[in-house]
Amino acid sequence: MTNTTNPPTSSEIELTYRNAVSYAIAQEMRRDSSVLLLGEDVANAGGVFKLTTGLLDEFGDQRVFDTPISEQGFLGAAMGAAMTGFKPIVEIMFSDFLAVCWDIVANQIAKTRYMTGGQVQVPLVIRSANGGGVGFGAQHSQSVENWAMMIPGLKVVAPSTPADVVGLLAAAIRDPDPVMFFEHKGLFATNGMVPTGIHVDTLGTARIVRQGTDCTIIALAAMVPVALSAAEQLASAGISAEVIDLRSLVPLDTKTIFDSVAKTARVFTVEENPRLCGWGAEVVSQIVENQFFALDAPPTRITTPHVPLSASKTLEAAQIPSPQVVFSLISRALNN
Amino acid sequence: MNTNRYAQRPARMPSSVTQPVIEVGESTRFEMFAAMHQMRHFASAVNKFFLQSLIRGSTHVSTGMEAIAAGFGAAMRPDDYTLATYRGHAHTLARGVDPKTALAELIGRDSGLLHGKGGSMHLTDVDRNMLGSFAIVGAHLPIACGVAWSAKLRGTDQVTVCFFGDGAANIGAFHEALNLAAVWKLPIIFVCENNLYMEYSPIDLVTSVEHPAADRAAAYGLARHVIDGNDADAVYEFANNALAFARSGQGPVLVEAVTYRHGGHSRADPGDYRPPQEVAAWTEYDPIKIYHQRLLSMGVSEQKLISIEREVADTIIAATAFAIDSEFPDESIAFTDLWADGTSDWKRVDND
Repeated sequence: MTNTTNPPTSSEIELTYRNAVSYAIAQEMRRDSSVLLLGEDVANAGGVFKLTTGLLDEFGDQRVFDTPISEQGFLGAAMGAAMTGFKPIVEIMFSDFLAVCWDIVANQIAKTRYMTGGQVQVPLVIRSANGGGVGFGAQHSQSVENWAMMIPGLKVVAPSTPADVVGLLAAAIRDPDPVMFFEHKGLFATNGMVPTGIHVDTLGTARIVRQGTDCTIIALAAMVPVALSAAEQLASAGISAEVIDLRSLVPLDTKTIFDSVAKTARVFTVEENPRLCGWGAEVVSQIVENQFFALDAPPTRITTPHVPLSASKTLEAAQIPSPQVVFSLISRALNN
Repeated sequence: MNTNRYAQRPARMPSSVTQPVIEVGESTRFEMFAAMHQMRHFASAVNKFFLQSLIRGSTHVSTGMEAIAAGFGAAMRPDDYTLATYRGHAHTLARGVDPKTALAELIGRDSGLLHGKGGSMHLTDVDRNMLGSFAIVGAHLPIACGVAWSAKLRGTDQVTVCFFGDGAANIGAFHEALNLAAVWKLPIIFVCENNLYMEYSPIDLVTSVEHPAADRAAAYGLARHVIDGNDADAVYEFANNALAFARSGQGPVLVEAVTYRHGGHSRADPGDYRPPQEVAAWTEYDPIKIYHQRLLSMGVSEQKLISIEREVADTIIAATAFAIDSEFPDESIAFTDLWADGTSDWKRVDND
């Protein structure tokens, strides 16, 4: 099962990635009265990125809550509510701010079910605006999904399209485990078709977003359109690239990855994170452990260099992998 | 390192023994007396386990601080919630948790509350609304806010009682939680157990105010409360009033109960940085000793008090035997309960 898109439907609506967030939350809040939304400026203001517009009006102030700038305070409160019957959706405005409440994420939310021998459940979703490319500078641009990936007990999701925002966010809200849901700032204004009606996807499933035979490009979130653009250029150069949108780091869909690598024998990861310990390192290690003899050449990781992101347009552009960089690295590797 | 460095400081003595001016029913008094003895015998068993190397890592007992857990335990309703710290054995017992399963947990047995996965610092019993013992200082104050928030949203009148130490009053989570609880008018009681030392350091040397919790109350629009944490009746009376206040929707309560830790911070700490006369005075002003004297002065016979103690001592002896006779968990337990489906798998490989 590599493609979990719901059956083709005649009824679709076009949504921005931004509007898909509130669309998904509303879909789930209508279904389940235990779902709550809280965070800084999510209620009256509709979110600083306008990701939660209209939710206060529809669901009222007993389900949608503005909080103080107290990430430990309100994330901890969400955990307490989750332990006692609610399904909170918590917005951490910028994912960089997870650093100020990382104790609650990594020591409390992630470990409580395990430490209590299954007595205590913490079903909640932590949503956060992640990633760079929009000039916010080093403390508001990071791709921190790897921080979450390395903590046992957290599921980690990062959608690249409006349809996946809806389907995967709905799945995250319905999931009985804590889910870190990373919404990419660079994608907020992008459009896409979303099935109407109730749309729920499956966590832990990657998607092949372009079929190919010469190499496999594995990408996540904003690097998916980068990889697709590079694949277009590679096609012009006579190289058939398969592109996998991972969509989820935990659970990790190794089956889809291995099947693709078995077909292409060449693999590249495209990662927005700084080099060290990015998700691609784990993916490559899985491939090498399990598929070493299927490979024709060493896997290549294409990442942001191991430096903080810059604010200036030219500097940031030189840091985050671009379609041109991905194209040239892959075409050079395949032509050698 | 000279651990006696602080021992030359002036001793901080307990306040003079208060007279029993509070109306408490006799059965409640016996309940608290028994609870305090149960906590102390439990701590003695824990110390023995530690010296026998049956407890791994470290363990934190609250000998000398029992009146706080006992007083609140007697005042709370069964459906109220407790969240405590890694020094949480007494608070766990105060909710009626079976000492057998608690002791078994401390020595890593399958019959333990958490099947050995939590250990000394994480005792939890959801069936008793003991929602957890939290080992990162201050972390559980916001979590307790969420539990109280949940009760408020569900429209119940359950109150959440959150115990923490004086050291926690200097961490950010304390302040975030107090503010949130006040802004949202949450039904929660924050109980600071000020035992005068944050781990190995005198709390007054690292705190800007005399009373680390109570003196911060005004910053959150809350009343200032300092009580004698060694007087079970005083704790019980305060707990009753605070529970009624929080239950009636009037918002949070913050109280600082002044007490003393007879031993060091953990089993690694002999506590010899404390002035000897201070330790002696507080050992004399022991919550069980003063309660024993009070009950005698009220006409209860020595024989009755001895029989109460003997009964709880016997339950701890039985619990000790139960724990030691229990099996260690099967290794497979290490790989369960990460996820709701009971597994710990993070790869998805079976999806064809």
